[in-house]
Amino acid sequence: MKAQMTALLGWVDERFPLTSTWKAHLAEYYAPKNFNFWYFFGSLALVVLVLQIVTGILLTMHYKPDASLNASGVPVAFASVEYIMRDVPWGWLIRYMHSTGASAFFLVVYLHMFRGLLYGSHRKPRELIWLFGMFIFLALMAEAFFGYLLPWGQMSYWGAQVIVNLFSAIPLIGPDLSLWLRGDFVVGDATLNRFFAFHVVAVPLVLLGLVAAHIVALHEVGSNNPDGIEIKKKKDANGIPLDGIPFHPYYTVKDIVGTVVFLAVFSVIMFFMPEFGGYFLEYNNFFPADPLVTPAHIAPVWYFTPYYSMLRSVTVNFFWIDAKFWGVVAMGGGVVILLFLPWLDRSPVKSIRYKGPLFKGAVAIFVVSFLILGYLGMLAPTPMRVLVAQICTLLYFGFFLLMPIYSQLDKCKPEPERVTGK
Amino acid sequence: MRKLIFALLFAPLLALASGTELRLDKAPDKTGDMAALQNGAKVFVNYCLNCHSASYMRYNRLRDLGLSENQIRENLLFTADKVGDLMKISMQRAEAKVWFGAAPPDLTIIARARASEFGSGSDWLYTYLRGFYRDDTRPTGWNNLIFENVGMPHVLWELQGQQVMGEGHHLSIAKPGTLKPAEYDSLVADLVGYLQYMGEPIAQTRRQLGVIVLIALAVLFVFAYALKREYWKDVH
Repeated sequence: MKAQMTALLGWVDERFPLTSTWKAHLAEYYAPKNFNFWYFFGSLALVVLVLQIVTGILLTMHYKPDASLNASGVPVAFASVEYIMRDVPWGWLIRYMHSTGASAFFLVVYLHMFRGLLYGSHRKPRELIWLFGMFIFLALMAEAFFGYLLPWGQMSYWGAQVIVNLFSAIPLIGPDLSLWLRGDFVVGDATLNRFFAFHVVAVPLVLLGLVAAHIVALHEVGSNNPDGIEIKKKKDANGIPLDGIPFHPYYTVKDIVGTVVFLAVFSVIMFFMPEFGGYFLEYNNFFPADPLVTPAHIAPVWYFTPYYSMLRSVTVNFFWIDAKFWGVVAMGGGVVILLFLPWLDRSPVKSIRYKGPLFKGAVAIFVVSFLILGYLGMLAPTPMRVLVAQICTLLYFGFFLLMPIYSQLDKCKPEPERVTGK
Repeated sequence: MRKLIFALLFAPLLALASGTELRLDKAPDKTGDMAALQNGAKVFVNYCLNCHSASYMRYNRLRDLGLSENQIRENLLFTADKVGDLMKISMQRAEAKVWFGAAPPDLTIIARARASEFGSGSDWLYTYLRGFYRDDTRPTGWNNLIFENVGMPHVLWELQGQQVMGEGHHLSIAKPGTLKPAEYDSLVADLVGYLQYMGEPIAQTRRQLGVIVLIALAVLFVFAYALKREYWKDVH
């Protein structure tokens, strides 16, 4: 039997790189042995991606992207979500997994990105990994935005209305562009159907391709580590990095532990507080979309609020162009500037462990500004809040734009030759 | 020192956290109280389910509350023929809009939609249903403490009586109803308990399943961690 299996494997290997792929990416992919807590979030992002795809496929079996009203005067799309929650066996569980999964995805991706920032994982030779990762982040934002319209609740509707209307602020082509995106003069059935197409087909395809590219690029250059030094510089006689261990079984068994802990946290939220105080499922979204009733306060879901704050913080017209347009520029710029991180950091060392007080201080200010912006994005604007948001927006951009200066001036410590303990 | 810096960094947030407040009374928790929920269901189909639909809810789901299909059919089935039907109403929405200024909303998930930072949806409904008072400037003759100029008249007025608004937005009974104030509060609490149940009938199962899943994950964690320890013994 064993001989037959070996023969079968040989037959496959002559036709498909099965064994060599297994070795290159798992059994003989040497990862640094000093990964810490922060390194769980990459594998967790993959877990959530699979969870979202599987639950998403199941949801499409009963969800109906239809904005017309049923006999009770409720939009069909909204009613189909409640049908899933009540009449489809285990539908409620699948739906809560998907809605909790959306927030979980952003949580792990934000932490994963922050890990890269802390340990210099974006620095040479990993610029492309960072860029692919950033494109994943952009695709994920699009995916979340399109998906949020589908339940066709009040926040779905008015959130999409606000965001699509932003494009109308672009000079000259704006109004026609937003009309083209919507497919109607208001967000309507055409908008719902195209958002459905983007959410379930187009963006997931892009997302999967980018994730593959992200991992292939990572395995080409090798993983960074909390010390920010290259383990490939010190190899043994067989060409294996002295500080490297095979990803499988070492990190597969470790990531299983991380996944179990993550699933426990996920379950606490999903089973005991699926709305998460209105942050994961907004209360107002339990009202069906009504184009005639504008909610008093429109706020995006928590993962978009830092950028929403930046959008609202621009209140002055520049060059005779409306402030709204510059708000859009600030919001877009806040995301796009992340792409340039590998070339903004001029520090001689990669990891924050060996960077000086300037960089550490800058990171602290950046984190606090980002969190304050996120908090403010959930609240209705007041003059005081707008002022704080403006200051935080400046600090956010200052962190990136001044980085070439302060990262060079900083007093760094020498990097170690070999990786250190945890 | 670190803590101080941390505290100073977040200090500006304190200045921002204020806003208009909505004062809600806490609704008594009726979760799992079958007698109260059955009574709430009875009040709901008798008083609410004429103008308001509950169009995602099936009558036979009320078996959750310990009722048999026969009991449901004989006592609660007013607006439909089959016990598996949805709780729909025959009033036309377009006409309702003319009569009330706005079509009465579907109530299936109203207890979830009315939640806010000021309290749960149940708290809002409990306060709302006890907050009607006489106001002759309104077409219906009624107004509400937390829903100003509401289109809905006080459907339960015969039970509660008529309240009037006095000094400092304080309500008092001007004409008593058939129920004493405490009895009325209890009736509203049952109704709100039912609305909360109807908003998410699976809620109790969800929590029970959650406990089992967490126990299973805890067991899995023990094995996963032991496996990791075993493999990592030789990594130094």
